[in-house]
Amino acid sequence: MNKKIGIAVLLILLLAAPFGIYPVFLMKMLCFALFACAFNLLIGYTGLLSFGHAAFLGWAGYMCGQALKVWGLPTELGLIVGTLTGALIGLVMGLLAIRRQGIYFTMITLALAQMLFFVALQAPFTGGEDGLQGVPRGKLLGFLNLESDMTLYYVVLAIAVAGFALIVRTIHSPFGQVLKAIKENEPRAISLGYDVARYKLLAFVLSAGLSGLAGATKTLVLGFETLTDVHWSMSGLVVLMTLVGGLGTILGPIVGAVIIIMLENKLGDIGTWLASVTHIDWFNTLGDSVTIVTGFIFIVCVLAFRKGIVGEILALTRKGQTSGSH
Amino acid sequence: MVIFTHLDERVFMELFGIPLQALLSQLLLGLVNGSFYAMLSLGLAVIFGLLNVINFAHGTLYMLGAFLAWMGLSYLGLNYWVMLIVAPILVGAFGIVIEKTMLRWLYKLDHLYGLLLTFGITLMIEGIFRSIYGVSGQPYSVPDLLQGATNLGFMVLPNYRAWVVVASLIVCFATWFVIEKTRLGAYLRAGTENPKLVEAFGINVPLMVTLTYGFGVALAAFAGVLAAPVIQVSPLMGSNLIITVFAVVVIGGMGSILGSIITGLVLGLIEGLTRVFYPELSATVVFIIMAIVLMVRPAGLFGKEK
Repeated sequence: MNKKIGIAVLLILLLAAPFGIYPVFLMKMLCFALFACAFNLLIGYTGLLSFGHAAFLGWAGYMCGQALKVWGLPTELGLIVGTLTGALIGLVMGLLAIRRQGIYFTMITLALAQMLFFVALQAPFTGGEDGLQGVPRGKLLGFLNLESDMTLYYVVLAIAVAGFALIVRTIHSPFGQVLKAIKENEPRAISLGYDVARYKLLAFVLSAGLSGLAGATKTLVLGFETLTDVHWSMSGLVVLMTLVGGLGTILGPIVGAVIIIMLENKLGDIGTWLASVTHIDWFNTLGDSVTIVTGFIFIVCVLAFRKGIVGEILALTRKGQTSGSH
Repeated sequence: MVIFTHLDERVFMELFGIPLQALLSQLLLGLVNGSFYAMLSLGLAVIFGLLNVINFAHGTLYMLGAFLAWMGLSYLGLNYWVMLIVAPILVGAFGIVIEKTMLRWLYKLDHLYGLLLTFGITLMIEGIFRSIYGVSGQPYSVPDLLQGATNLGFMVLPNYRAWVVVASLIVCFATWFVIEKTRLGAYLRAGTENPKLVEAFGINVPLMVTLTYGFGVALAAFAGVLAAPVIQVSPLMGSNLIITVFAVVVIGGMGSILGSIITGLVLGLIEGLTRVFYPELSATVVFIIMAIVLMVRPAGLFGKEK
């Protein structure tokens, strides 16, 4: 019951949010939240650490932009093209990467994503260092004009909620249970007769496709796509979002995405404030040092805060419940 | 065979339409890159063997080595040869601090946390250097002793590049010798197989682990100093290289020391050849080979299927 009230409150807040906060900023957050949730499906529920998710996000963005700008496809088809791009790259990358386990899996995804980064750097249609600019938003289904930020916000919200619902549904489905079994004990899952490779591949493609949806939506919102999204640091960023929020928790990646995006945008302000409080001039340059701060959070999270924010809260409430019952 | 005598000279000067001099100099450049791959993948393999950690920071510590060489020269007037010894020692000491204060706490956890921690270290160090020096490269000139080039008749050999290949080969094979042929190496290999048992024999395994990490990253810094005169010293020089080295490690497999050295050198050569015949692919060829190897021999060329 409590859970339902919580979800209802959250939805109302999300519906009301663009009246108080700049919609484009909110939409960017929603895209990254979906991206992090899709990533979490792999790391949190299948136990696979991919370091190549930037490829899905970025390439989906490029292909969606290409479809809308050059091919002149309607908006909804552009989003589908982006999603399929993510899923297709995921299929190929997944087929190669699941041949190895553990840390090798991670290195393979990272290497293949780096290859796709070089392709994006050299391919003519991506615009190289300048990026793909001037992607039109168009009309959804031919009548809903997306040029208005407000209209677009509700469309993006619907996409993010639908993606999130699909992820939650997957986690709780029998398929999701098998994924969890693979994460906990892969040899055992094999000996129970599950075709582990196929399950892993399907989870990988699903995660890649949803990341693609997030990337395509992001391009639609911002109207451009650049190399930042295909670079390995983006793959690192989504790991960080999930880690900060809590690996393997349903809400964790959303919390993490919100915090990291806020931090990226507000770091300059935080630095100015710190400088005025502590009178250390160096803090004024904090806004230019996003990487240093990101790296620092990474180190702190790995050393002392591995459950993440949502994970810690869950652990605390569980502890409270068990000690209360005794 | 007689038919060819007439053409000999032309064949000698041109191969598949590429002037021989250009081909050989690209091959040499490939071999130089291959030496860096070999040294870095060797360090990664040694560290992974004992610590079970994939050291993402390896590329950044390589960058740190190059920067120390540059800083030593520009701020303190210390020449290349001094820094070739000092920079690896400093970076090795820094590595020991990292191992003692941070990595140590992660050994019992999943491998991926080691990767994530060293990724965070990479971002921090790279960010600090970027905020001080920007992204543009700092020039570092070739030491006087190795300036110029030697004419070998069929090609002009730049002395410094030859030195890089020779020096890294010596270091790589010295490492191989120590690990495979000496008592210390036997401890190390035993520690890789079963650390508890080795400890029961009275060998200080935690110390060995610390020193191994220190040695591995010192090797990266040595490669960095060697690289300083070849490529411009820039904060970003490490992270792009390390991802290629990861692909090299996947291709070779981390089980064999000699395997990592050979794989690194050969891939450097292949990259050099690609730069001659199909330059568009030169940035991606290593990754394509990785994909092919994964399809044909998933465990890697020198790896053992577990």
